[in-house]
Amino acid sequence: MGRFVARRLLQMIPVFLGTVTIIFFMTRMLPGDPAAAMWGDKAADPAQLAAFKHRMGLDVSTGQQYLDYMGNLLTGNFGETMAGRKVIDVIGEALPVTIRLALLAFVFEVVVGVTIGLFSGLRRGKAFDKTALVFTLLLISIPVPVLGFIFQNVFAIQLKWITPTVQDSMNLGQLMLPAIVLGSISLAYVARLTRTSIAENIKSDYMRTAIAKGLPRRKVIGTHLLRNSMIPVVTFLGTDLGALMGGAIVTEGIFNVKGVGNALYHAINLNEGATVSGFVVVLVLVYLAASLIVDLLYAVLDPRIRYA
Amino acid sequence: MTTAPEKTTAGQDRLVPGTPLLEVRDLHVEFKTRDGVAKAVNGVNYSVAAGETLAVLGESGSGKSVTAQTIMGILDMPPGRVTAGEILFRGQDMLKMSNEERRKIRGRKIAMIFQDALSSLNPVLSVGYQLGEMFRVHEGASRKEAKAKAIELMDRVRIPAAAQRVNDYPHQFSGGMRQRIMIAMALALEPDLIIADEPTTALDVTVQAQVMDLLAELQAEYHMGLILITHDLGVVADVADKIAVMYAGRIVETAPVHDLYARPAHPYTKGLLRSIPRLDQKGEELYAIKGLPPNLYKVPAGCAFNPRCDVATDLCRTEIPALHQVTDRDGAELAGRKSACHLWKETLHG
Repeated sequence: MGRFVARRLLQMIPVFLGTVTIIFFMTRMLPGDPAAAMWGDKAADPAQLAAFKHRMGLDVSTGQQYLDYMGNLLTGNFGETMAGRKVIDVIGEALPVTIRLALLAFVFEVVVGVTIGLFSGLRRGKAFDKTALVFTLLLISIPVPVLGFIFQNVFAIQLKWITPTVQDSMNLGQLMLPAIVLGSISLAYVARLTRTSIAENIKSDYMRTAIAKGLPRRKVIGTHLLRNSMIPVVTFLGTDLGALMGGAIVTEGIFNVKGVGNALYHAINLNEGATVSGFVVVLVLVYLAASLIVDLLYAVLDPRIRYA
Repeated sequence: MTTAPEKTTAGQDRLVPGTPLLEVRDLHVEFKTRDGVAKAVNGVNYSVAAGETLAVLGESGSGKSVTAQTIMGILDMPPGRVTAGEILFRGQDMLKMSNEERRKIRGRKIAMIFQDALSSLNPVLSVGYQLGEMFRVHEGASRKEAKAKAIELMDRVRIPAAAQRVNDYPHQFSGGMRQRIMIAMALALEPDLIIADEPTTALDVTVQAQVMDLLAELQAEYHMGLILITHDLGVVADVADKIAVMYAGRIVETAPVHDLYARPAHPYTKGLLRSIPRLDQKGEELYAIKGLPPNLYKVPAGCAFNPRCDVATDLCRTEIPALHQVTDRDGAELAGRKSACHLWKETLHG
């Protein structure tokens, strides 16, 4: 187990370096000159432009820029934004917001998704199951912006339960609605995966044994069925946690949540290479950590899996 | 029924002498599927007393497992449906009991051993947990007590180093050991009756004998009734007291085990016995009953076995034979012997 974790951590190094490299060159390949863009429509003063480029480290070759960036990164220096703020501070402000939003969405999709999937699987072909299938299909088909606007309209404008946009990005209550929107599509997948898994496992021999042992239904389902059925769902949830963190761009935009998505969106618009790379670095780390946790959890759920 | 002695509260635990532990009466089970109605069990009667072993013999699809699952109350309903009959356990019809009453009998009074222990044990729970669960659910034992009892049980079925292996998972055991765990689970609460559905089919031949011996030994020790479902005539001979042969959802012959082997009174039984490979026939072609088991959606008219029978007459093609009491040449009844063949006399004596 310890060796497994160590090896997985070592494997993360090339993945990490590779991703950062790709992202670095992708941001540098974006059209337009980020320094010149600072002056907007006006022509920049060549001397000022040169000074700015020098300060940002943009006056050397792309290869040299890459080496500088990687060197700084390894010492924990994420660089600066065009406006002179430290990228690490921008991340430090946005990340906690997104973590809250993603965790809220995650809890929502797990609790609601697994519950719907469980009852759907147990009552396969019945009214509840059919309703759930239509409902989840609907969730999967509706684009997030549409769902976001519908929610804003219904809950904020019609019912006036909430404000249309988030005022305080750290307030869990205010993040609730964006979290539901963010988790909705994944919820549909979780529900469907759970349903299929339950329906498949319910016919298994060990379920027959559990019933023959005279266990109450609650135990047959809770202990024997659910645990076996969660294995594929956990795999999905692990990768999804990373996706929720990075994929909140649209939701954060709709609800004006000052999180990673929002910051990343602005950084891309302004061609802020260092900021974009910085966020990607963090998201890659989150993704890698999530997949490691899933792999470890996997063996807790299914003892047949050996770490090799 | 109010005067029946076994209905009194005092009589529920003590068996009235002569009352079988379990009696299946005229049981009919069918499955409604998209292709029609499959009549899996068509009027089965059998009984088991405490300490007795009944072997139920038959090909796949003969209804032997469905009957067992109906007794256990683990038949999938729907598509399965009991259309007629009674299953009396200590004189009480289990088919009339509530789900909760039946659940309390399952595992505690009647336990079942399944064929494939690997798939029948939960892969993600330790064997100790799965054994201990019996005590925790039925007797309210604590985790610690349950574990201690699980180890004790594993010792009983002679699993080496039980205390070290109690936290292992089913896949970490060999096939024979896994089947021992299944047996231990069935034995846990010392039930009155054990139903073993092909308990040795999935095992190596050498392990088969060990497991069968263990089962027979424990059955004698606890004085339990045992219903042994099998298609293997070899397994039956040593352990069973009596045999019920099933075909197309009916009992076609019942007899004490040695009588049946010596002098079958039904052509189907005769065919089965002839198809056992024997050393003194080495080199000869092995006998096989011609044809295929009947389609349960469309059981042949008359005796279900008639299309495959060498001696079938017109009567066999039109009239379903009753389960006749079998007599010897002088007309004296042979104890426990019945045959559902119009021509049982010719088959037995001819």
